[in-house]
Amino acid sequence: MTDPAIHIHELSKTYEVTERESGLRASVRSLVHRTREEVRAVDRISFDLAAGEVVGFLGPNGAGKTTTLKMLSGLLYPTAGEVTVLGHVPSKRLGTFLRQITLVMGQRNQLVWDIPALDSFELNRAIYRIPHAEYRHTLDELTQLLELGPLLRKPVRNLSLGERMKCEIAAALLHRPQVVFLDEPTIGLDVTMQRRIREFIAEYNRRFGATVLLTSHYMADVEALCRRVVVIHHGRLLFDGDLSALVRQFTAHKTVVLQLAEATRDLGKYGEVLSAADGRYTLRVPKAETARITERLLADLPVIDLLVEDPPIEEVIERVFAQEIE
Amino acid sequence: MRPLALFYLQQFKTTFATMVQYRASLFIWMIGHVLEPLVYLVVWTVVAEGAGGRAGDYTTAQFAGYFIVLMLVENVSYTWIMYEYDYRIREGMLSAALLRPLHPIHADMADNMSSKAITLPFMFVVAAVLAAIFHPAMSPRLWAVAAAIPALILAFLLRFLLEWTLAQAAFWTTRVSAINQSYFVFVLFLSGQVAPLTLFPHALQVLAAILPFRWMLGFPVELLLGRLTPVEALTGLGVQVIWVAIAYGLMRIVWRAGIRLYSAVGA
Repeated sequence: MTDPAIHIHELSKTYEVTERESGLRASVRSLVHRTREEVRAVDRISFDLAAGEVVGFLGPNGAGKTTTLKMLSGLLYPTAGEVTVLGHVPSKRLGTFLRQITLVMGQRNQLVWDIPALDSFELNRAIYRIPHAEYRHTLDELTQLLELGPLLRKPVRNLSLGERMKCEIAAALLHRPQVVFLDEPTIGLDVTMQRRIREFIAEYNRRFGATVLLTSHYMADVEALCRRVVVIHHGRLLFDGDLSALVRQFTAHKTVVLQLAEATRDLGKYGEVLSAADGRYTLRVPKAETARITERLLADLPVIDLLVEDPPIEEVIERVFAQEIE
Repeated sequence: MRPLALFYLQQFKTTFATMVQYRASLFIWMIGHVLEPLVYLVVWTVVAEGAGGRAGDYTTAQFAGYFIVLMLVENVSYTWIMYEYDYRIREGMLSAALLRPLHPIHADMADNMSSKAITLPFMFVVAAVLAAIFHPAMSPRLWAVAAAIPALILAFLLRFLLEWTLAQAAFWTTRVSAINQSYFVFVLFLSGQVAPLTLFPHALQVLAAILPFRWMLGFPVELLLGRLTPVEALTGLGVQVIWVAIAYGLMRIVWRAGIRLYSAVGA
């Protein structure tokens, strides 16, 4: 077996933050006495990524996702534990390491604001020492995949958020990094643009065999791109495995949608009624009971149509995050 | 070395493209850089005339020469990095720079050199106009002008390294402007900016010779004006080299410590 592209073992990051109450008195008190508190942003997490894998990195805000990505890309020193990316220790920030990775943050801006994106690309070409022929080739590919053609020659400040994001992504990938960290790449974008970026990430992974670790609040991103997900909460690893296994593990219920020939009936005795309108009902039933309940529904009621579904992935994730961990 | 040269060239294009986007602010900036030495020039000319045509070892016309040359030298050596750094850290721009396989000082230095290359021709025109108005007296010799070339390069390097290092204070404190203010007081009085250093009391002149400030401004000006002997010029270049080496070492140490802190607390 080959070495993993990303290796994380018992990784921790602790921040020390100064705290004080609001108000004048507290301000004065904080001059002489400061309350310091240790915050464990990442708490002994371990996981590996094989080369070429696309993994979704999930967790609510403040779970430690960005902190982990920053440790992986060398912006933060770990407090404890080990990280290697392509065999390098990221915090050394060696040129050979930095030339093989990229970190795209949804709200960050690496393009020069006042000039066309193409000029910023040229600057990156010089920084990453990309040979001319390779640069041309990669740029052509990225231009075609992300449909950048008409955008490249406009000053960046005149681009829309989505257009700018596409250019940001292109700028981050010109040196063809083998490992790609994406922190909320589709944040604030409309549905069409989200889909386009999603398709692009999948295509980039296919074409270059790059390893991708992606955080997103849009489950559609994760469903489309990642078979495997890693879930963290309060800095701790909660789940690591197939997306479908996550759904199985964290859902005790199924959703039954049925259309009846007549309206106004109380279906409360079959399960929890989530919605009811015009003879169309949505019930939540315990997973183990699903077969028995559907059988009874079909026997008792004038059913026109019946559908059994897993709850939407958003709901599953919400449930995962809501879990109290000791 | 070649890839780095290519980067500097590319940064020049970027800086040029950015600067032409802001022609108005470029113009306002240039007025500021002309007005300050002009005010000192007028003040000292009036002082000299009131004292019978000279103050200290400068005649009225020599004051004019001093401040016109000072304006040009200032344009070569000054930096603006100290105003930008804490903003950069707060806005996460430093993280973007740290992800690149190139020390961030190169981007700043290339940007600084590029905008100098763009503004300097204009400053020469301004200097010519001021010369036509104030009739400066200068007696530069060929050897002194030749020696001024390394002196100017060293002055630029010294000031850039020192101020880039000082800008790193933003890693430790949010009150960067207080530090900048006190630094600029030193520059104003001990570099020869507000007046030629020979006009100051002896003790201050000694202090100015020990500290780095004279070597980033006053020394090349005096050299260009032909006021130094070859021995003084050579000694000055030596002191400049020593100070550049010290500033370089400081920069390395402070940058490493700053990055260590930055990577520990995050941004």
